[in-house]
Amino acid sequence: MRISCPHCGERGLAEFTYLGDASVTRPDPGLPGAADAFYAFAYERRNVAGLMQELWYHQAGCHAWIVVSRDTRTHEIFNVRLAQDVALERSKSSVSHAP
Amino acid sequence: MTSATQPSRLEGFGLIDHAKPMHFVFDGLPYTGYAGDTLASALLANGVRLVGRSFKYHRPRGILTCGSEEPNALIELRTGARREPNTKATTIELFDGLEAKSQNRFPSLRLDFLAVNGLLSPVFSAGFYYKTFMWPASFWEKVYEPMIRRAAGLGRAATESDPDIYEKAHAFCDVLVIGSGPAGLMAALSAARSGARVILAEESFAFGGRLLADNRTLGDESGAQWVNKVVAELSSYPEVRLMPRTTVFGAYDSGTFGAVERVADHLPLPRPGEPRQRLWHIVAKRTVVAQGATERPIVFGNNDRPGVMLASAVRSYINRFGVAPGRTAVVFSNNDEGASTIDDLAAAGITVAALVDTRPALPPVIKARAQRLGIRIFESAAVADAIGGSRVKSARVIAAYGTTHTIACDLIAVSGGFNPNMQITTHLGGRSRWQDHLAAFVPGTMPKGMTVAGAANGTYPLAAALREGAQAGAAAASVAGFAATAAAIPVTQEEPFDIAAFWHVEDAKHKAFVDLQNDVTASDVALAEREGYRSVEHLKRYTTLGMATDQGKTLSVNGLAILAELTGKTIPATGITTARPPYTPVTLGALAGEHRGKHFKPTRLTPSHDWAKEQGAVFVETGLWLRAQYFPRPGENDWLTTVNREVMTVRSKVGVCDVSTLGKVEVHGSDAGRFLDRVYINMMSTLPVGRARYGAMLREDGIMMDDGTAARFGDDRYFITTTTANAIKVVQHLELCRQWYWPDLDVQIVPSTDQWAQYSVAGPRARDLIAKIIDPQFDISNEAFPYMAVAELTALGGLKARLYRLSFSGELAYEIAVPARHGDLLMRKLMAEGEEFGVAPYGTEALGVMRIEKGHVGGPEINGTTTAADVGLGKMASTKKDYVGRVLSQRLGLADPNRPRLIGFRPVDPTARLRAGAHFIAQGAEARADNDQGYMTSVAYSPSLGHWIGLGLLARAEARLGEIVRAYDPVRGGDIPVEVVPATFYDREGARLRV
Repeated sequence: MRISCPHCGERGLAEFTYLGDASVTRPDPGLPGAADAFYAFAYERRNVAGLMQELWYHQAGCHAWIVVSRDTRTHEIFNVRLAQDVALERSKSSVSHAP
Repeated sequence: MTSATQPSRLEGFGLIDHAKPMHFVFDGLPYTGYAGDTLASALLANGVRLVGRSFKYHRPRGILTCGSEEPNALIELRTGARREPNTKATTIELFDGLEAKSQNRFPSLRLDFLAVNGLLSPVFSAGFYYKTFMWPASFWEKVYEPMIRRAAGLGRAATESDPDIYEKAHAFCDVLVIGSGPAGLMAALSAARSGARVILAEESFAFGGRLLADNRTLGDESGAQWVNKVVAELSSYPEVRLMPRTTVFGAYDSGTFGAVERVADHLPLPRPGEPRQRLWHIVAKRTVVAQGATERPIVFGNNDRPGVMLASAVRSYINRFGVAPGRTAVVFSNNDEGASTIDDLAAAGITVAALVDTRPALPPVIKARAQRLGIRIFESAAVADAIGGSRVKSARVIAAYGTTHTIACDLIAVSGGFNPNMQITTHLGGRSRWQDHLAAFVPGTMPKGMTVAGAANGTYPLAAALREGAQAGAAAASVAGFAATAAAIPVTQEEPFDIAAFWHVEDAKHKAFVDLQNDVTASDVALAEREGYRSVEHLKRYTTLGMATDQGKTLSVNGLAILAELTGKTIPATGITTARPPYTPVTLGALAGEHRGKHFKPTRLTPSHDWAKEQGAVFVETGLWLRAQYFPRPGENDWLTTVNREVMTVRSKVGVCDVSTLGKVEVHGSDAGRFLDRVYINMMSTLPVGRARYGAMLREDGIMMDDGTAARFGDDRYFITTTTANAIKVVQHLELCRQWYWPDLDVQIVPSTDQWAQYSVAGPRARDLIAKIIDPQFDISNEAFPYMAVAELTALGGLKARLYRLSFSGELAYEIAVPARHGDLLMRKLMAEGEEFGVAPYGTEALGVMRIEKGHVGGPEINGTTTAADVGLGKMASTKKDYVGRVLSQRLGLADPNRPRLIGFRPVDPTARLRAGAHFIAQGAEARADNDQGYMTSVAYSPSLGHWIGLGLLARAEARLGEIVRAYDPVRGGDIPVEVVPATFYDREGARLRV
């Protein structure tokens, strides 16, 4: 598989490490029910067959975290964005979860 | 028409170089062949037909094919450390001095005692592994398995390490063309003329595919002449890479292909510095698969006897290699291309005793040619059995109306049609489809970016294959952004292709094989079907049909067709098993490449490594790093003596330890403090400039991730250290926190482990030594530079340096860092300047002893199962802020007061040795898992105290000080009483740190 890093261009899979589902976000530790929310955040993941937003890290490159839109059935990649840009967009559209 | 030394060599035929004889040895006997031969063609030229014994029944086997689909002619190539089992004689390019042996025979190829397995064939039938040897169970390991391993199996691997080198390479192209037959050459030509970067990969040593083997005319040229012309043109383009001897073995995601190039397999030895094989990762924008088609036989009795050969292989041996594979042939076919082999045989002067075709009527044009040649014709007929032992002596032909004829022959040229080589198109999940008029599966759905052309697509007529290749090549280059047009194709003669599906001859009297390499017979398929294995995937696994190293390229479709007949389904409804990479076997050497032995992973050396080596240091691998473990001196006969001396030097004088391997990270930005507050359990934003603080990080699940120090050099400039082992992981975590959790913070992270050489200088004389190293204008008195102070300063006359007053040893200590390139100099200076104070270097072992004496936690305690509270750092956790791992660290399970906590241990008998890993059991309790109360994590002999000490995790630890528990170590036979003591053994008040 090859991934197009927004900083470095198209690179082989071996340069990247995988984290997982980018649709989960770190909960607000100040809200009621934070314990359950963090439990879900740490452990609960969907096993997606199809299009998935995934967090990858360009370990052997620029150290950028990226959000990769990938079909888990075909490994086709549709879109790659810097995780920081995605996170900033999300924080604009919702309440900040920073402590 | 034959030469004396090579009795079956045809004069005037073939593309071999008669001027270059090659001498070789097979089973101890010397032979001669020519440059351009394969081992198989050279053996045939010398009249050698019997080349091996089969897997289960030890039946005599010959040469069936002329390519990588060969199931039979597997031999051991070369000797000693280079001995390579199961190589296909049909793909080995002959070289001078080649040595090969037949395999799987005992004691010799002609006389094989284990051929009696053939008589035991009921025992070896389908599923024999699962049935016959199930009872009694104890017999499996002792009797059955060794017996099977001796009787069955193929070649022997070399027992010595491979002396050759293998390497890996990457290539990028616009158009990858796999296969260089008519379609592949036209595809490459059409793409290359547009200026596209083209790679043309061909598994053989010669380009051309069937154009070298079939007697065809293109324009006014022979196949070989036309191939040479096209290859010459391709070579003239700078963007074209021609790769002969290269098998593309797998298709992977995003247009990535695996290929193995046999750089030196055709040479007696690789040239100096050259690899034997090279593994390629080829990344292609577009790919044209043009791997041709593999002919399949028809299943009949004794269809494995030496002398039964694919019709296409017969033509190859005659036309490409100039070899007569027999003297008198019977041609057995169900299609025009197979039947036309009579022409090539007749032209080579080989008698054609009969043309046997399963079709009711041969096409008139073929029939007329056969009649003109005086060949006996059988229509609606079949060869039911080959007669003969170690070679074919006759064919038993069942003609229309059931009459039987025995026709003397030593060669049966068989053609049951063709299987398009579409494996590469299905590796990524592409589906094949059945074509009735071809009686074959052809590529169906294709992976993105891939097209298929020529015989691989079921397009058999030459003109059509050339045209399809040209169009595919032009289309591929166009999609890749080049203005490409299909190259004009040469004029060829019409040749219709007609086939009538015919899979096996039911009237066979003898064993009829559907898998020659795994010895699977047609009756095994029937047995499997009776026992309920009716899906192709079940049939495959139960009978091992198609599971050998040839992956059933020739015969497995026949097996599926037989299953389809038995189950009353059509072949497409029965389906085909999934082909997976590799297309042909790939040596582990090529896959490993340079990553063997010590080169399996990189080795990281610290800047003063050479100095440590000069001192005779013993090194230890810590992750990728090599660190000095201890520095033995003359007269020190065991490591403990050395380590004790190093510890006592630090405790009484001064020692220097290389700590350059610690992970180092710059954390800058106006929010750096806030950021660190969120990743450490304790506060870092309150750290004054010029001070350092010990810190601990958690994973989000509440478990300890790492510990280290944070130093503050400015309002927005922090520098943190991590443990050696976690340096990369922590940076990844910090980047996740920075980029993903809190993208709005103004903070930047730069790993700088490799930028600084850092040394711990520890002991009562540490200040005296450091004062001689740093430049004189800096005041490091206890008042000006107290415990946990840090500073940026200069040393050794103006060298940039950083000084930290940190102590892991428990003594007055500093860590001094200089840019990495000065590390060696600094170490030598420290030793020279420290001589008057009795300085000595110390290694990781002494470092470990002193940290245990001080009760500091390390890797054995921060082991992925412990919380901050478990390892005694619970009080550090701030309650004024949130941080990664805070919420989940408060889960009931992790906050359980009964969780084992860090505490110290000493043996009740002061001479007893402690062992890490020993489990704690209350005195008087039985040594059972449910009485387990924790375990010893770290132990050391303390020269300061004169006995062994240990750190460990013990349930309700704090309440049990003074209690005696059992340290139970069944692995090493230890079971001793130990006393629970505070985790700090040495200078509990920390007075020595602050002097």
